Amino acid sequence: MQAQPHNPEATIPHVVRAESVEEPGEPPRIRAYQRRAWLSRVLSTLVAVVAAASTVWILTNPNLRWSVVWDYLFSPTILAGLVATLELSIISMIIGIVLGVLFALAGRSRYLALRSIAGFYVWLFRGVPLLVQLLFWYNVGILIPGINFYLPFTDQSHYVSANAVISGFTAAILGLGLNEGAYMTEIVRAGIISVPRGQLDAALSIGFTPARAMRTMILPQTVRVIIPPTGNEFIGMVKSSALVAVIGGGDLLYKAQIIYGQNFEVIPLLLVVSIWYLVITSLATLGQGFIERRLAGDEARRTIRWSIARGIR
Amino acid sequence: MSDHTLLSVQGVHKWLGHNHVLRGVDLTVDRGQVLCILGPSGSGKTTLLRCMNHLETIDAGTIELDGALIGYEKRGTRLIELAPTDVARQRQRIGMVFQQFNLFPHLTALENVMVGPTRVRRMATAEAREAAAELLSRVGLADRVDARPRQLSGGQQQRVAIARALAMDPELILFDEPTSALDPELVGDVLTTMKKLAEDGMTMVVVTHEVKFAEEVADVAVIMDRGVIVESGPAGAVLGAPRHPRTAKFLGHLQLDDATGGHDA
Repeated sequence: MQAQPHNPEATIPHVVRAESVEEPGEPPRIRAYQRRAWLSRVLSTLVAVVAAASTVWILTNPNLRWSVVWDYLFSPTILAGLVATLELSIISMIIGIVLGVLFALAGRSRYLALRSIAGFYVWLFRGVPLLVQLLFWYNVGILIPGINFYLPFTDQSHYVSANAVISGFTAAILGLGLNEGAYMTEIVRAGIISVPRGQLDAALSIGFTPARAMRTMILPQTVRVIIPPTGNEFIGMVKSSALVAVIGGGDLLYKAQIIYGQNFEVIPLLLVVSIWYLVITSLATLGQGFIERRLAGDEARRTIRWSIARGIR
Repeated sequence: MSDHTLLSVQGVHKWLGHNHVLRGVDLTVDRGQVLCILGPSGSGKTTLLRCMNHLETIDAGTIELDGALIGYEKRGTRLIELAPTDVARQRQRIGMVFQQFNLFPHLTALENVMVGPTRVRRMATAEAREAAAELLSRVGLADRVDARPRQLSGGQQQRVAIARALAMDPELILFDEPTSALDPELVGDVLTTMKKLAEDGMTMVVVTHEVKFAEEVADVAVIMDRGVIVESGPAGAVLGAPRHPRTAKFLGHLQLDDATGGHDA
């Protein structure tokens, strides 16, 4: 879409210029107002007053104990939890995106077996509550105590116990990543559906194999559709990673719980946690907006041009 | 089958679910010939065309290009579908132009034409760029090389699509109702481009509703109805003096349309 040429007279109706009013044959310029403009002002004032009062109440309420909040906001334990939460969110999101692309493609396979696996995966991991999944992964050692690795052509074997591998953190990553993959599968699938079928026909007709047509011509076109919901998913992921506290995942909330379990400063520590979550999600929102502006329009184009320019397959 | 037969379709059947869309189709196209397929909608014309480059599978019969089966290989008495890479290699020899153009929206006109040669043929970029620019000027779009598809009219987009097909240097080009999605005033440019191609000796199979174009350009006209060919022969004879009542009826309908709001081919 082309930008409208900026014409102040057209966009700001109340700029009345005398000579244009005098123009013969032109209708008189009539100023237009918002409906119930006074109500809008009253409501704004009301909201501002309530907001100010609440802020004062929050800042001065002794039960919130802001000095404690301040003490713990940058404490090493909390910062370690913050790092763990970020690691969990980012690693699980990457796993989720990779699984999402793979299962979305599997869901379109011409082999019924692959389509069935993709359908089953989404059905299972989207259908069971995340908290339940996390508890399952944490307790997987009960189900599969360990695995024996046999070295081929020798008598040697190496036993790996599940409890050694599945810590709270790895259980958390497995749980979050596999759950996220199910949602990302649906997002990628929607992105692929958004590209008209004719694009695949056209790519096939000039001699692309189906796999390369998908990878180089179709998937790049899905990026602009996939980015906004993926940003939402990441913000959701940051918050759902707090569930990991239940299985001792070492995340932000878990660390706060450890601290208030000792000193009983529950509310101040929950405030600390909330502040950090808001910081992360705000940054993620900004980042999402930035990526959307930067990439959504032209990413597909840039990818393909880059490879054309270098003659890369 | 004569020596100069390029495309040979023998006894092709296709079912879509319980719908028997192609019920034993035979036709041959000689090198340098233009064959137009006409017929009412739902007669299987487009499906037949899409079988010719294996965008659709077939259930029985054979389609051969230059004596080689398209999309299948013979094992004993059965036809087994070829691997995707082999099908892709065959499709390089068969260009296709679609009703909805299907240009890649994120690429410029020039890049749309270049993408096949550079990425499928692995031609050097500079060489491909030069060839693409020449093809675009051949279809009358020398001044629009850097335009994106959405900045082009339907007629211009369709001519880019023709250039994209030509860029792979095909032996045969399939046209699927190339002017049906165009505004009437834009049809002429596309038909002129196709006519020039025909004069240059390109072998073409054209599914179309443009009777005048078929009369003027086609060597052979084929009329399809309900999955079979009801009449075929020299375009002038079939379209000028149809023998089959269904052909006459179908052409009568088209001419009626022409009289009420048609356009010149």
